[in-house]
Amino acid sequence: MVVRLLVNLSRFIVTFFAATVAVFLLMRAIPGDPAQIALGVNASPELLEETRRQLGTDRPLPVQYVDWVTGLPQGNFGVSFVTRQDISPMIADRVQVSLILVMLSMVVALLIAIPFGTLAAVRHRQPSGVLISAMSQLGVAIPGFLAGILLVVVFAVGLGWLPSNGWTPPGEDFGDFLRRLVLPVAALASVQGAILTRYVRSAVLEVMSEDYLRTARAKGLGPLEALVRHGLRNASIPVLTVTSVQLAALIVGAVVVERVFVIPGLGSMLLDAVGNRDMLTVQSVVMVLVAITLIINLVVDLLYTVLDPRIRKKA
Amino acid sequence: MPISKKPTTGPLLQVTGLNIATKDRSLVRDFNLTMDRGERVGLIGESGSGKSMTTTALMGLLPPGVNATGSVRLAGRDEDLVTASDRQMCRIRGNDMTMVFQEPLTALNPLMKVGPQVAEVMLKHKTVSGRREARDKAVQLLASVKLPDPAEAAKAYPHQLSGGQRQRVMLAMALANDPELLLCDEPTTALDVTVQRQVLDLILESVQLRGTGLLFITHDLSVVANVCDRVLVMNRGIVVEEGSTEEVFTRPQHPYTRGLLAASDLDASDENGRLFTVASAAAYVPPSIQDVLSTVPPSVLRLKTSASAAEESRTGGAGVDERPPSSGRRHGSELDVQPNDGGPAVSTGQEAATEPIISVNNLVRTYERGRTSLFKKPGEVNALRGISFDVHAGQRFGVVGESGSGKSTLLRILAGLDQPSAGSVRVAGNEVAGARESQLIELRRELQIVFQDPMGSLNPRMRVEDIIAEPLLAPGKRVNNALQRRQVREMLAAVDLPADSAERFPHQFSGGQRQRISIARALICRPRVLVADEPVSALDVSVRAQVLNLLSDLVDQYQLTLVFVSHDLGVVRHICDNVVVMRSGEIVESGSTEQIYERPQHEYTRTLVGATMSLRAEMAAREAALQH
Amino acid sequence: MSQSTDIASPPGEPDAVVRRPLRRLSATLAVGTTIVVIVVLAALISLFWTPYDPVKAFPAERLQGSSALHLMGTDKFGRDVFSGILYGARITLMVGLISVGIAVVVGTPLGILAGMRGGATEEITMRGADILLAFPALLLAIMFGAVFGASTTTAMVAIGIGSIPGFARVARSGTLQVMSTEYVLAARASSQSAFRIARRHVLPNIAGMVVVQCSVTFALAVLAEAALSFLGLGTPPPVPSWGRMLQESQQFLGTFPMLVVWPGAAIAVAVLGFNLLGDGLRDRFDPKLNGER
Repeated sequence: MVVRLLVNLSRFIVTFFAATVAVFLLMRAIPGDPAQIALGVNASPELLEETRRQLGTDRPLPVQYVDWVTGLPQGNFGVSFVTRQDISPMIADRVQVSLILVMLSMVVALLIAIPFGTLAAVRHRQPSGVLISAMSQLGVAIPGFLAGILLVVVFAVGLGWLPSNGWTPPGEDFGDFLRRLVLPVAALASVQGAILTRYVRSAVLEVMSEDYLRTARAKGLGPLEALVRHGLRNASIPVLTVTSVQLAALIVGAVVVERVFVIPGLGSMLLDAVGNRDMLTVQSVVMVLVAITLIINLVVDLLYTVLDPRIRKKA
Repeated sequence: MPISKKPTTGPLLQVTGLNIATKDRSLVRDFNLTMDRGERVGLIGESGSGKSMTTTALMGLLPPGVNATGSVRLAGRDEDLVTASDRQMCRIRGNDMTMVFQEPLTALNPLMKVGPQVAEVMLKHKTVSGRREARDKAVQLLASVKLPDPAEAAKAYPHQLSGGQRQRVMLAMALANDPELLLCDEPTTALDVTVQRQVLDLILESVQLRGTGLLFITHDLSVVANVCDRVLVMNRGIVVEEGSTEEVFTRPQHPYTRGLLAASDLDASDENGRLFTVASAAAYVPPSIQDVLSTVPPSVLRLKTSASAAEESRTGGAGVDERPPSSGRRHGSELDVQPNDGGPAVSTGQEAATEPIISVNNLVRTYERGRTSLFKKPGEVNALRGISFDVHAGQRFGVVGESGSGKSTLLRILAGLDQPSAGSVRVAGNEVAGARESQLIELRRELQIVFQDPMGSLNPRMRVEDIIAEPLLAPGKRVNNALQRRQVREMLAAVDLPADSAERFPHQFSGGQRQRISIARALICRPRVLVADEPVSALDVSVRAQVLNLLSDLVDQYQLTLVFVSHDLGVVRHICDNVVVMRSGEIVESGSTEQIYERPQHEYTRTLVGATMSLRAEMAAREAALQH
Repeated sequence: MSQSTDIASPPGEPDAVVRRPLRRLSATLAVGTTIVVIVVLAALISLFWTPYDPVKAFPAERLQGSSALHLMGTDKFGRDVFSGILYGARITLMVGLISVGIAVVVGTPLGILAGMRGGATEEITMRGADILLAFPALLLAIMFGAVFGASTTTAMVAIGIGSIPGFARVARSGTLQVMSTEYVLAARASSQSAFRIARRHVLPNIAGMVVVQCSVTFALAVLAEAALSFLGLGTPPPVPSWGRMLQESQQFLGTFPMLVVWPGAAIAVAVLGFNLLGDGLRDRFDPKLNGER
């Protein structure tokens, strides 16, 4: 188990650094001179030179890379080429917002998916089960931002129950924080819930055909009792895999929903930076998103070992 | 000493007019069975006979879409099990009537320790006062099915136990509430030969001790011969014959039963010296008990009747003999005979003068296992630990071993599909060790393999013609289409398949037919050596004899040298003249087949002979037991 | 010896198996195929005919509801929405085809190679896939948009690259299963070359899984393109794309909600179609590879 942990940890590190190289090369080797972009085409050569020195882009690329990459683990991302502000505090701010949104949405999605997916599997031959399957199939097809827009149409514009956009930090006004959170979370969670419902359904269906469930029935357990006591934990293993993949997708998917609801998360920051051609900020936000994804994978792998005794013993 | 919980009169189980059907197909028709308390009944049938459906229906666990009609009565229960509600059935299942399934690998919940899984059935039916008692009773039960160190075993997860141990756990679970009726669905089919014997003995002993009624479902006639008092023979959903075991086995009335018996009896042969098949069964004369006692060598009978006793006295408890799936071997040190410690090759053949066609010298193969700890070296699995033997041209050479014996590794190395770690293997003058792919082409032209799994050894997406012709496409060979077609037709005729088979796909054939295709593929480029890897172990009994006869004919016709790898000494004995017995990567004994079978020297060989199921030997053992 | 009179059950009929309702055209597959065909037809029709020029603005006719003249009304520039939807199908299909094409052409061979060669090849390929997997297609597309500027091509390439790991993984796991079968062992035992084994044994047997992956990836590509266009990082104006039509209509949510509904529905239906097709195909080709029944 320790070996497995160490192997995963080293993979995490290798993957992370390979990703930094890829991102750095993509973002910095190809586009033009950041100083030129920051100052515009009419800047004087002296000012350009001065700016380059300030930004540190006059140094060779490998030096710049090492400088950037060594800052990452300490949360030091450098100074934006465009706004000339330190990127780190802004990222710290935005990460909180995005994480609250994403994690809450995932929890809600799971709260939808687990009961409905199980029900759809247990009743897969009955109308109710088929209905859940059809609904989830439909939900999967709706992009998150469209769900957001539709929710706004109904609950903000139509009924006027909730604010249509904006963000209040929880420390400032908790009630308002919650009210503004409802619609974006609903948008993300409904789509995600639909996706996960389908996976929960197929995982439970799979487990229902397992021999050990038949054994449980042969012991005299009722169908539901057998499923709950012997099936669900087994079904949770593939669901966990999907959840980790979907969580990564959700973090990126949230970028678009943040746009719809004007939420100051990492997504908005990324899109603004893209709009400004602020490459250092783009690459920094991207690395944060990648890091979160990789950390999720790491944590999920640990959860496997908790769930599945067969993994514990093996390397 | 029957311990009956609910003293009632009348039969234990009464099934009348049971019909099982899906919407558009009848699976079982008019099944009738009356069982007395403590009676042991065998239900025999091949795949597709409906035997499993019948037991599933008795348990009330038919899959959705399959319906049963008729009546099933169990002593002490008022309700008819066919019409009973699932709630009522839940009180009966696991309590009055329990079941052991075929596949021990998947029948236990992989995420739950086995102790709690056994305890659960008692807690569910409230036959214990509480969790503590359930836990203690579970350990007792695990002890009663002879698991070594039951207290530790209770804390193990299923994957930490071997197949036989898991089946013991299943049995413990089934016996926990002292049921009136135990259903066993092919409980030993997935197990190794020696383990099968132990588990069978345990089942028999357990039901006899408790006076439990036993309904034993199997495809293997020899398995029931020694276990059941009475048998039912099922074919395509209908019981074709019923009677006492002796009656049915010695005086079968129905042609199907006769065919099945003829095909199972590897000790009998027709006027041409070939095995009886279903087609030639009319000429088959089932042996009387006297015949049986005279054909089974007394030495074998002795081993049979004392097999389990000897096993236990040697290892101090059954189950010890089985190794957990991932552990290395443990028994090497016990072996007293080491005929091959780098010494001269075991002489197995009479024609020692000629150059052997296969020469294996001190062959070693070790695999590295994954790391389990950072500081320890990764473990090694010794698949082959220095074996040597020669096979001479024209020999029929048997390799017998159970799972983990290294026989599959040996086979792969013989075909150049794996490289030895040390030692040398020469096949028809070609050295395998250190050979490059291009150097192996010649070897593979001389040696071909017939594989075990008739489903898995043919590519489902290829036409039979392309499958059979594949070896012709080996590098350095150019064959035009017309020639290829002619050769494929020739091979199809040789294996008794119609010529139009060439255009069809594997799934359109039965298991036996697929095995014929496999043989045709192996022989199309006329190799000198044919290696058969368990070629009949996945086949139904009635098909087995046909394929064995065919193999035997072809070996003569094409003057092949046959290497026959199998776990089944009975089959090897029929087809081979020389044999090596392998265990844990070593050859423990070798010699002529009769010598090995009738005068086994090594402890393990003796166990194997005793455990090997043969129809006559089982009948003889039963007779011997009755006379005592 | 007589003909092979196996008295066993007819071929492929195991004991105790309730056959799945099989081989009849499943509703899933039928509906999925129908939707996909409709989307393809819409795209094809738009090549030759649309009711109006989807790009041309008619300020006089802006923001009209559905009518006989304009089936789905007009947008804020007076462009015909129905024409835009038809044209948008073209963009959607093109993005899907190209990105799936990139992913399948690069990912599948890599996966097969990894599965057949094992060892270092496998380790490197799969670690590479892991790294790429840390960048979801959408994120990759945003980065590409930042570097190369927003365009349909950028979006297609980025989504394509982002989908490679999925194909590599599917192909590898399928290949591993095929390589462990006895028919591959038999092929190796008659000295068949690796290339021939890949072509004759591996590819035909994993083709079903790859096709399913294509369908699923197609749906994801459609979603990603819509999101990108919505963000202004996909197809640039004036070419109509469903995502951007949505984004442009967002401001009329309160007044002309149908302007959002039409492109939204188009996206959802297309995605649904490809998802259903994928599901239907998955049931057809048994993913466990052992089923030929």
